[in-house]
Amino acid sequence: MSTAEKADTRAATGDPEAGTDAARRTPGLVPVAETMRTTERHPPEPSGAVPAGAGRPWAFWRLLGSELGLTFRRPRNLVMLAVLGAVPVIIGIALRVVASDGQMGGMIQDVAGNSLMLTFVSFSFLVLLLMPVAVSVVAGDSIAGEAGAGTLRYLLAAPAGRTRLLLVKYLNAVVFAYAVTAVVALSALLTGLILFPAGPVTLLSGTTVSVADGLLRILITVGYVGAAMAALAAIALALSTFTEVSIGAIAATLVLVIVCQVLRAIPELGSITPYLLPTRFTNFDAVLRSPIDTGALREGLLAFGAYIVLFGSIAWARFSGKDITS
Amino acid sequence: MTAVMQEAGAPFGAALPSGGPAIVTEGLTKRFRGGQVAVDALDLTVPRGSVFGFLGPNGSGKTTTIRMLLGLVAPTSGEYSVLGLPQAQALPRVGALVEGPAFYPYLSGTANLARFDAADPTAARGTAGRRIAEALERVGLSAAAGKRYRNYSLGMRQRLAIAAALLGPRELLILDEPTNGLDPQGTREVRALVKEIAADGTTVFVSSHLLAEVEQMCTHAAIMRAGRLVAQGTIASLSAGLVARVRVETPDAADAARVLGTLGLADVRPGDGDVTAELGGHAPERINAALVGEGVAVRGLAVVRPSLEDVFVGLTGEGFDVDG
Ligand SMILES: Nc1ncnc2c1ncn2[C@@H]1O[C@H](COP(=O)(O)OP(=O)(O)O)[C@@H](O)[C@H]1O
Ligand SMILES: [Mg+2]
Repeated sequence: MSTAEKADTRAATGDPEAGTDAARRTPGLVPVAETMRTTERHPPEPSGAVPAGAGRPWAFWRLLGSELGLTFRRPRNLVMLAVLGAVPVIIGIALRVVASDGQMGGMIQDVAGNSLMLTFVSFSFLVLLLMPVAVSVVAGDSIAGEAGAGTLRYLLAAPAGRTRLLLVKYLNAVVFAYAVTAVVALSALLTGLILFPAGPVTLLSGTTVSVADGLLRILITVGYVGAAMAALAAIALALSTFTEVSIGAIAATLVLVIVCQVLRAIPELGSITPYLLPTRFTNFDAVLRSPIDTGALREGLLAFGAYIVLFGSIAWARFSGKDITS
Repeated sequence: MTAVMQEAGAPFGAALPSGGPAIVTEGLTKRFRGGQVAVDALDLTVPRGSVFGFLGPNGSGKTTTIRMLLGLVAPTSGEYSVLGLPQAQALPRVGALVEGPAFYPYLSGTANLARFDAADPTAARGTAGRRIAEALERVGLSAAAGKRYRNYSLGMRQRLAIAAALLGPRELLILDEPTNGLDPQGTREVRALVKEIAADGTTVFVSSHLLAEVEQMCTHAAIMRAGRLVAQGTIASLSAGLVARVRVETPDAADAARVLGTLGLADVRPGDGDVTAELGGHAPERINAALVGEGVAVRGLAVVRPSLEDVFVGLTGEGFDVDG
């Protein structure tokens, strides 16, 4: 590529250096000494320019795009999304059948009475295990899978950069966590609208709110549950940096989730349950109070943030100093 | 910085070896957890523009050295420098093949290369398609570009890995056993490719446990033995330490030895049916005439020039044994 062409592509890609560069030298005439020793002659540009070694401004997003492309094209992940999307349909049909038998229980009555309630019921069921499974598979595989396949050494030699790669992997897992949450919510909403009557929603506290208010509460639930799954993803990512076998990281994360569920069920251990991540998963039912129990939501989100910071740091500490021998 | 880095990697800069050695290591050592010393106080200097053979039996620490140069493994002690630049700036200018190919089996050749190109922060997305097609063309994989990696043969996988190393303009190519798994035809093609790349001014650092390979491709070589460097230099200087010998095939070994001795040849070794001696500055035809003149029955006379193999065997002992 000639220098003139290079200047063109840089201008086209909006490279911030294009202007200063053109001013510095005549296109087509590159002093040999300059090209040979450029890095010595031009120390890192002052703030505002891309720092040395950081590369192109969109490089981070390009790598994230590549990561998302892999995640959302991979058949295994699509199957998990499809299964999670199918569960609310099955729950809806089952409740519809039971409801038409006439023996209406509390929860069944709630759902059968209003189309929006199926979303909350689906979440309270799926958030215990199935959604964590899907998120753990993607996040637990993220580093371990690349290490096991050997592709990690080529990504890092490219050089992807350890911190950058870890961040991309985590953001990818967070996007997947929200995709899982959104799929469940949309599937439940559609199924509910088809199978059950639409109309004002009766909350747990007995108050009735409008459909619009109900939809807003679903949106808040999606945000909260997605954050819960993002916190779980941080744990899976951290475990993923310790092994070259993705099944190990995935299984370890799920064992943690299940152990926590068991501990929660033991009354004598009541004092530690607030610190267990899965305890917070189901706290989205705060949106079914009137007014919304923002305190419970805030506490949950703080817990998620704490888990993300803690396990994100563990992942970074481990991954940034790890010998890549696979 | 982006533009600056690009230009230094462009043909202008690459064509002119400059700015000191491509690779320097000083006392580079790696001790793995468990105490295994894989690389032991390695002092290596790879001149720019050279095709540098990194030779050693399996397990002698070649791959571990390459992993340290690429920042994959942290040295226990010692220092290294690649292209005289900080790691983040050096690596985009380095194409690497480390311990065989590794790709995503469910992606095509093209999609695999796009994935690794996306990981390079200095690579432009706009030119990725063209660069990927060129790299595939260069290794003869264009026809299989759309095929899933899962369905590639071993040779095709190895070629794809070389294509990945050629995605951008490179100043240094690090190839760890690039002909592993290739058939003789593929091996010849890789050798031709290495020569072609080197002709463009790119420094090539190629590891191998195959001596003939290094002898045919390289201008320089280093020889490893159990994690230690036992020799390095130009191919010529490595074999210069060994002198040419003359070998006389004869049934009268004792007589022949006496004649060679009187001619002044050093290190005369009579054997069973032959005699060898250091040639020194003597003309072979004069030796032959002297032998025949003394009535020695000469069945054959040959000058044996030392090959890299002799250097290798001399330095590493058994040669191709696996190092623990
Ligand atoms: N991750 C590791 N842990 C412990 N020992 C290792 C590891 N990787 C390599 N080794 C040892 O280091 C030595 C050098 O290995 P390697 O660099 O792969 O040699 P080569 O590439 O020359 O065949 C070998 O003895 C090998 O067993
Ligand atoms: Mg090796």
